Amino acid sequence: MDDRTAIQIQTRTTVPPVDAPLPKRGWLSPINQRRWQNFKANRRGYVSLWIFAILFVLSMCAEFIANDRPLMIRLEGRTYFPVFVSYPETAFGGEFETAADYRDPYLRKLIAEKGGTVIWPPIRYSYNTHNLDLPTPAPSPPTWMLTEEQCKTVAQKKGLSGCRDLEYNWLGTDDQGFDVVARLIYGFRISVLFGLILSLISSVIGVTAGAVQGYFGGWTDLLFQRFIEIWTSVPSLYLLLIVSSVLVPGFFVLIGILLLFSWVSLVGLVRAEFLRGRNFEYIQAARALGVSNAKIMFRHLLPNAMVATLTFLPFILSSSVMTLTALDFLSLGLPPGSASLGEMLKQGKANIQAPWLGITAFMTVAVMLSLLIFIGEAVRDAFDPRKTFR
Amino acid sequence: MDAATDKLLDVSNLSVAFHQGERQLLAVDRISFSVKKGETVALVGESGSGKSVTALSVMKLLPYPSASHPSGSIRFEGQDLLQLAERDIRRIRGNRISIIFQEPMTSLNPLHTIEKQIGEALLLHQGITGQAARARTLELLTQVGIPEPETRLASYPHQLSGGQRQRVMIAMALANEPDLLIADEPTTALDVTVQAQILELLKDLQKRLGMAMLFITHDLGIVRKLAETVCVMKDGKIVEHGPVDGVFKAPQHPYTRALLAAEPKPDPAPLQPNAPLVVEAKDLKVWFPIKRGVLRKIVGHIKAVDGVNVAVRKGETLGIVGESGSGKTTLGLAILRLISSQGPIIFLGKTIAGLKFKEMLPIRHDMQIVFQDPYGSLSPRMSVSDIVEEGLWVHHPKMNEDERQTRVVRALRDVGLDPETRFRYPHEFSGGQRQRVALARAIVLEPTFVVLDEPTSALDMLIQAQMVDLLRDLQKRLDLTYLFISHDLRVVAALASRLMVMRHGKVVEEGPAAELFANPKSDYTRALFAAAFNIEAAPLGVVGE
Repeated sequence: MDDRTAIQIQTRTTVPPVDAPLPKRGWLSPINQRRWQNFKANRRGYVSLWIFAILFVLSMCAEFIANDRPLMIRLEGRTYFPVFVSYPETAFGGEFETAADYRDPYLRKLIAEKGGTVIWPPIRYSYNTHNLDLPTPAPSPPTWMLTEEQCKTVAQKKGLSGCRDLEYNWLGTDDQGFDVVARLIYGFRISVLFGLILSLISSVIGVTAGAVQGYFGGWTDLLFQRFIEIWTSVPSLYLLLIVSSVLVPGFFVLIGILLLFSWVSLVGLVRAEFLRGRNFEYIQAARALGVSNAKIMFRHLLPNAMVATLTFLPFILSSSVMTLTALDFLSLGLPPGSASLGEMLKQGKANIQAPWLGITAFMTVAVMLSLLIFIGEAVRDAFDPRKTFR
Repeated sequence: MDAATDKLLDVSNLSVAFHQGERQLLAVDRISFSVKKGETVALVGESGSGKSVTALSVMKLLPYPSASHPSGSIRFEGQDLLQLAERDIRRIRGNRISIIFQEPMTSLNPLHTIEKQIGEALLLHQGITGQAARARTLELLTQVGIPEPETRLASYPHQLSGGQRQRVMIAMALANEPDLLIADEPTTALDVTVQAQILELLKDLQKRLGMAMLFITHDLGIVRKLAETVCVMKDGKIVEHGPVDGVFKAPQHPYTRALLAAEPKPDPAPLQPNAPLVVEAKDLKVWFPIKRGVLRKIVGHIKAVDGVNVAVRKGETLGIVGESGSGKTTLGLAILRLISSQGPIIFLGKTIAGLKFKEMLPIRHDMQIVFQDPYGSLSPRMSVSDIVEEGLWVHHPKMNEDERQTRVVRALRDVGLDPETRFRYPHEFSGGQRQRVALARAIVLEPTFVVLDEPTSALDMLIQAQMVDLLRDLQKRLDLTYLFISHDLRVVAALASRLMVMRHGKVVEEGPAAELFANPKSDYTRALFAAAFNIEAAPLGVVGE
């Protein structure tokens, strides 16, 4: 037995001098650090996040990867950036005032003759570049699958020896003669962007609506809940059909229409969190300090509701992506000709004889959604206070 | 006598470890104790000392595999429970060994009737159903002292009071006549008067049924009343054990000695009959309407506070005592205008009843509140510094950063916390430290009047005594006036200069504290004092239940 125990019982700490240097706070609070550790502990989710982040960043640079305009042209002491600026053909010595078509053999010859250098992106097709020299009728199979027989005509026309020297369509072309890889990259980008924007805006609206309902309760809550019940029973697909016959369904119009119905998904969750949270003693304590309602909701209650929201967000994101894909598949989505995964799936269905279309689209959607679900699972683990890893 | 058969439960060298990520936490560290047939053994210690974990490992109810036992054995009638398969354990659990939990509100299934809950225990281990089960259930309910057991069979838990629920829990635990009953703080969540009744019941039942009891508590008064052997736990170790009389008379370990000396010392603030009134409320009423029907017609009221007069003079402490549901907390909240009420309230000479939230704002810094639960009253997502300075942002929005920091540091120092720790988060602090943070949040605004709503009830005995000292010290230094709400009469006796006893929203008795403690006039007050100071149950009819 030692007497130290008795001393430890005194929890009063010794007070240091006033002007002692004060410890700095880290940018991540300890709770968030623990969550980040938990997130990383789920290897599958962590790796998925990295893969998804890389794919997303790459697709954001789609113009530099797949484009029918060169990145840079150096010609007669001047530098052109066709990827950013649209130049008329005359700038390179052509005859027309129209925008230059850099894939045109005529223009290429002109630039080559003047001794210009052209730097192309890795894939020389954009999502809406027709491949005019298809060896077979569109949809044309991936170039590496072609037989020399099929290539012969095009190769002869271009003065090349065979398939190997042709410009590659790595995953073939669709029935419009568009390059599938280019469409894939642009389609992925638009899907993810659409999903992100839709889920962010609907989260903001949903969280706000849920917060107001849960915090004030009573009549506000009652009326709002009834409104939501009626609202959610409106058949959204019919409304979409009607609206798209009036408006041209562009990117933002689609977001607007889908937003009308998607914001409700978080309301119930956040409302419940706020209903639970508003009776916590620290909320009472804040009210006793005289803190205003808006501030209580924002500073004290919202962080609690954010756990539920963030846990849900990856799943909302994947369902938003799914929605757009489904609409495009039904030809109710983005205008014809835009790159989208749903449109690619539709082509796969229409062209069973061209399996590269269906397989590519299917694989992309499957991989993208799996990645999002894995990330979602890891986020859920990260926010679970009782989760222990062994 | 043969030592091996004499011991019903023999725990030797038991350790319990919890794993969290890479870290391993040893909650129980090589403890040994034994329980003989018919004996009551008490495990005493502060929260986090490992007493509940010990109890749960006897039942094998820990969250395996994140919990594990690196060493030791738990022998029940010679059989090592740790080695048994889950299937065999289930035959012992609830049959030979039963457990009663602390929280009667959550340990009964809200969707099942009383009959079904008790019947399940009978069905599982004895296979009794139908009429036989009903008869046995009635017998059990009578045994645990539930009035009119026939009408109670079809009741749901929410229709019973806290004490009655705990009685039902006991009936469930006794259903199979266990040899060992583990009681994990069974009375902590109950009022003192009910606590006395439940303890009486347990003692009586034990004598009649001849079972052994492992009683877990932090209250030394209960140990003295109930147990024959006591084990004092601290930081996962048993630091002292022996017969209750011996340990209480001649404690060996310094921790036991500190624990025994941890009674809050009575030294209340003196009465100030001539000091100005800080708060005065006349005929204060808080009625919650009961609405029925489609049109929500008001058919009656729940009278939480029903015509109470309160007057607190500067420098005094008004203690408000009463059972739960007596309206103490509601009264405190009404005086601070945190819930709506009827009747005039005058604060520092100004009528504040009927003021709007915005109009109350300039007065708020003079009236503060400290809540009961140190875990619930601090936002888990804000650092201590954020929590303490929030009030300054509201009341002095133009205060510059340096001054604000100085005020925060000063407040933390005043409550005995190291200002260095102010960027930490509440979960890194113990219960007592958190309560100090809550106190710092109140005093950083330099208030005149502080409502203390059971600030010590969630704390361990040692910390409780320290908290009482701190409150008294702050009152003297900062010239504070307290409204002290508590059901713990020992703490109230240590702090209150005037006392008010409440029941069913009305004042039963009030007067200077010393006078009232010495000479209580009403039966109710007497019963309350007897239950609190001597753990004696009152005769039927005087108190609730």
